[in-house]
This record gives sequence, C-alpha cells and structure tokens, in this order.
Amino acid sequence: MAKGIWVFAEQRDGKIKNITFELLSAGRKIATETGEELAAVIFGKDVAKLTDVLGEYGADKVYLADDDSLAQYTTDAYSKVLADLIRENEPSVLMMGCTVQGRDLAARVAQKASTGLMSDCTGIDLVNGALSFVRPIYAGKAFVRAACHEARPVMATFRPNVLTADCQQAGRRAEVINVAVNVEAADIRQVIKDVIMQISTRPELTEANVIISGGRGMKGPENFKLLEDLADTLGAAVGASRAAVDAGWIGHTFQVGQTGKTVSPTLYIACGVSGAIQHLAGMSSSKCIVAVNKDPEANIFKVADYGIVGDVFEVLPILTDECKKMLAK
Amino acid sequence: MKIAVLLKQTFDTEAKITIDPSGQISRQGVSLIINPYDEYAVEEALRLKEKDGGEVTVILAGRPEGQDALRQALAMGADKAVLVTDEALADADEYSAAVVLAKAVAASEYDLVLGGWRAIDDGSAQVAVRVADLLGLPHVNVVTKLEIADGKALATREIEGGSEVVEVPLPALITAQKGLNEPRYPSMKGIMQAKKKPMQKLSLSDLGLDAAQVEAKVKAVEYFLPSARAAGKIIPGEAVEAACALVKLLREEAKII
Repeated sequence: MAKGIWVFAEQRDGKIKNITFELLSAGRKIATETGEELAAVIFGKDVAKLTDVLGEYGADKVYLADDDSLAQYTTDAYSKVLADLIRENEPSVLMMGCTVQGRDLAARVAQKASTGLMSDCTGIDLVNGALSFVRPIYAGKAFVRAACHEARPVMATFRPNVLTADCQQAGRRAEVINVAVNVEAADIRQVIKDVIMQISTRPELTEANVIISGGRGMKGPENFKLLEDLADTLGAAVGASRAAVDAGWIGHTFQVGQTGKTVSPTLYIACGVSGAIQHLAGMSSSKCIVAVNKDPEANIFKVADYGIVGDVFEVLPILTDECKKMLAK
Repeated sequence: MKIAVLLKQTFDTEAKITIDPSGQISRQGVSLIINPYDEYAVEEALRLKEKDGGEVTVILAGRPEGQDALRQALAMGADKAVLVTDEALADADEYSAAVVLAKAVAASEYDLVLGGWRAIDDGSAQVAVRVADLLGLPHVNVVTKLEIADGKALATREIEGGSEVVEVPLPALITAQKGLNEPRYPSMKGIMQAKKKPMQKLSLSDLGLDAAQVEAKVKAVEYFLPSARAAGKIIPGEAVEAACALVKLLREEAKII
C-alpha cells in the first residue's frame, strides 16, 4: 500500500526555494496525523549539504540524488529519476512548488505515474483520513476543492507564499538515503544552450512580498521609473496590467492577471490600474491592496483596502519619499 | 513540416464566474474563445507553415461547441480540424484530456506538436506536457521564441528571473507563452474558406478508447466563489496629505511596512 508524504525540494544554485519549507511544514502536520513518514526528495550536484535543513523542517527521510546529470534541470533527467523513485517506494502523496520547474516536472511525472495532479493549490485539508485540495480556477474568479481518490501518489503543486513555513526545529535530523541515478546521456533530449538571467535586484514577481504595479494610467514606459523608485524603497517587485503590457511599455513577464501571473503578496499597490476583471483575478488574493487612480469610479477601488483618488504622477513621488522617511526611522 | 496544434475552448477573459444551482460553474451567457495561449500556438504553426511549407492540423477534445474554436483556427489558416466529443468526457480531468489528445495526434502524421502552456480556465498547465509524455516526445514548456532547423527545435523558454535556450530533436512538443507572436485575426477570405475545410468529428470509440481508459483521476468535490473583499477606505485629501496618511496606515494599521 502506498505510504509516505513526499515533498520535492526545489533548489537552484544550491539554494532551496522557500516553497519547499512551506510544503514540508504542511506535510509534517499531515504526516503526523496520518502516522506516515514525511520525506523530502532533492536532486542536484553537490547538494548533500542541503539535507540538514530539510530535516529541521520536519522531513523524517531525505532521498538525495546527487549526480552530474542532475546538476542543471532538464525535464527528461529529473522526470526519469523521480518517476523511478516513485515506482520503487510508492509514496501516497507528492507535493511540489508551483514554480516554473515544479509545473514542468510535476505534469510529466504525473503522466509517467498515471496519476492525478492538482496544480497551483492554495489549500490542503485532511478530513476523516481523506485529503482534499483547494485550487483557484479562472485565475481566482472561483475555486474548486478536488481530490484524487484512487490513483497514487496523489500529486499537487502549491502556489508559493500561501502556506506557512512554521515547522523548523533546530537540530532535528533526517535519515539521508542516497539514490542511485541511472541516467544515460541519450535519456536527456533537452540540450540547454544558454541561460540568460536578467540582472535585477528586485524579487521575482510571484515570490515578492510587495508588488508595485502600473496600468494604463502610467501613460508611457518612461513613467515606470516612478514605480521602480517606490519598489526599490520597499524591496518590492514591479508588475503591470495587460493594458500596459499590450501597449509595449513593459515586458509580458511583468503582467499580472488571467493571461499573466497570479500573485498573492502581502502588499499590492496598483497605480493607474483600472481593475479589469482579468487583472483582479490575478491579484485579489493579495493580503493588502492599495489603489491609486484618478477615476473615483475605477473598479480597482472595489477590492482595495486603501484607496487614493488622485494623480499617480503626484502621489507616487510623495509616497516614495514618505516610505523612505518611515523606513529611516 | 506537419504540425498538430492542441486547442481548448475557454470562457472569455472578461467572463464573470457564477455557480449554478447544481453547484457547477455556470456556462450561461458566457462567450467562448480559443484559449489565448493556444492562439499563440496556432499563429506559430501558421508562421512555420508559411516559411517552410507543410500542413497544420488543429485538434480539440471537449464539447460540441468546441467546433467554433476549431473553425476560427481554420479561418486563421489551419488546414484541417479534428474534434473529439463524447459523453464519457463530461467529467474529464487533465489525464483524460491528455489520453484522448495523444490518441488523436498519434492518428495523424506530425513533426511538431504545439499548444498553449496553460489554459486560462483551469490553469493547470498539464495537458500538453502529459500528451508529450504519452507520445514519447521531448517537450519545451513556456516558450517565447521558436526556431526550427535541421530536424531540431531551438526554443527560448521563460524561467524565473530570466530565460533559457533549449534545443530538442524533432518530433517534439512545444508550449506557447505570451510574447511568442501576435496572433492574426481571421480575414473575410479566411472565414469563407474555413467553411470548406475538413473537420473530422470523432468519438472515443473512433480513437479505439473506452470510457474506463479516460476516467478522470482527479474529481471535483465542490466549486465555490472567493469571499468578496470588504470595501476598503478612500483616504481623503490632496496628494501630499493622502500619501502621508497612507504610509502611516500601512505601518500602524495594516502593519506591513
């Protein structure tokens, strides 16, 4: 019988993503209640040093696959090793972060394991021994509670920043199991030719705690500097509405909404954003929303915790100055 | 080059979502569109065909009204369409959809399979990748630039904080992200021609599948709407006054800066 709650520990350049700790914390509570073990799975090259912290966050076991073929993420190598590991150990649950890598890997592994996968979950519940998962659909305009009754492992990817990483206990250790890796060069069909990282001191949009977002009211790309100044003051990411992206003022990787990214930061400041339904879908799960807009009738005010009816070009510089003063105190 | 494009029909992005008395997502009065990410896939297929020749087949598994989405892709310039409908697909999940689409793709010749990286309704971002696995194809996900040459696909894909250039041998499956291209609107001529283009309508049994083989792994327990956000406060005053008050509120009331 399938047994064990597994968390895939995503790391890049030797740094574990925070979503891993969020998932281990959630997994620890479930494992304790169902009497199963909690295991973390980590792939990479020279990543053995990362196993300690996985134990601290509650993993009873860590499956460590340390191999040259896993130094860089490729769908083929990672999905083969993970699918083999599932076949041998038959876990009941496998959770991952809903990140670029997690989405890619989870879908391929779910198919190899002929199982169900619930993507981008924001909640997990255990009632009378049965697990169910809550996930947004229509980019958050609605939610579905779903379950995978028979196929195992039950797979789910989780949105970062939703669960709380609160299970750390210094000194707690996991049993480390070294996984034999059988990946031949011919198994990997993806050749990574180049990796181009944008040099940015700002956090990634989906992982940011604070987002400063601009819409059509910003009037042109030159004015995004105002958003960036406030963002850099608050250590925030910059986002944009579809109108601003479609106008070519900023790249589509910054778009928030149904055809862009879905975000749930602690603070979302929407500047000159009207609040089209497809934008609201992407940001209305933010904990606190601030809107600055000239139009008092703008839709964005219906979801904002705090609103300023005013000209973004006047309000933004003052806001940046005031934040600087406040943070200097 | 023969290109298969996976399509899904979705609610329009402006659609307001409601739940009907039976607890399902209401389809009443909602206008339907080609999933926007699939539209990028169709456009990319057409551009490749225009450059190197070939044939573009668009494939959709779903409700009968999905033929409108297929017809639109034909009007954009696709050559033929395949529509798989079956009552057994009423509760389909990503697994079911992938099994059906993979069978439909496998029934035709292809060098390249394209699809959107996710659909804007369920947002799962699984089906195309599952299809690739079923067909034994390599895939590259979330692609913003694609070049095909010498039997290989060179794809630029979005990763967190940057991009990655990945090469895979053909046949391969590529999923499209916004930025890949700007989809064309069907011309009047295209719309007229689309009416005469072949649309094959298949059931599960036509594909050699039975209901048990496409049974969903994941089942919906309930649908619900997000709790409405309480109306917030408008901070009164001129720009300076309001901005100062806001910063104070964020620090003292919301306690977030």
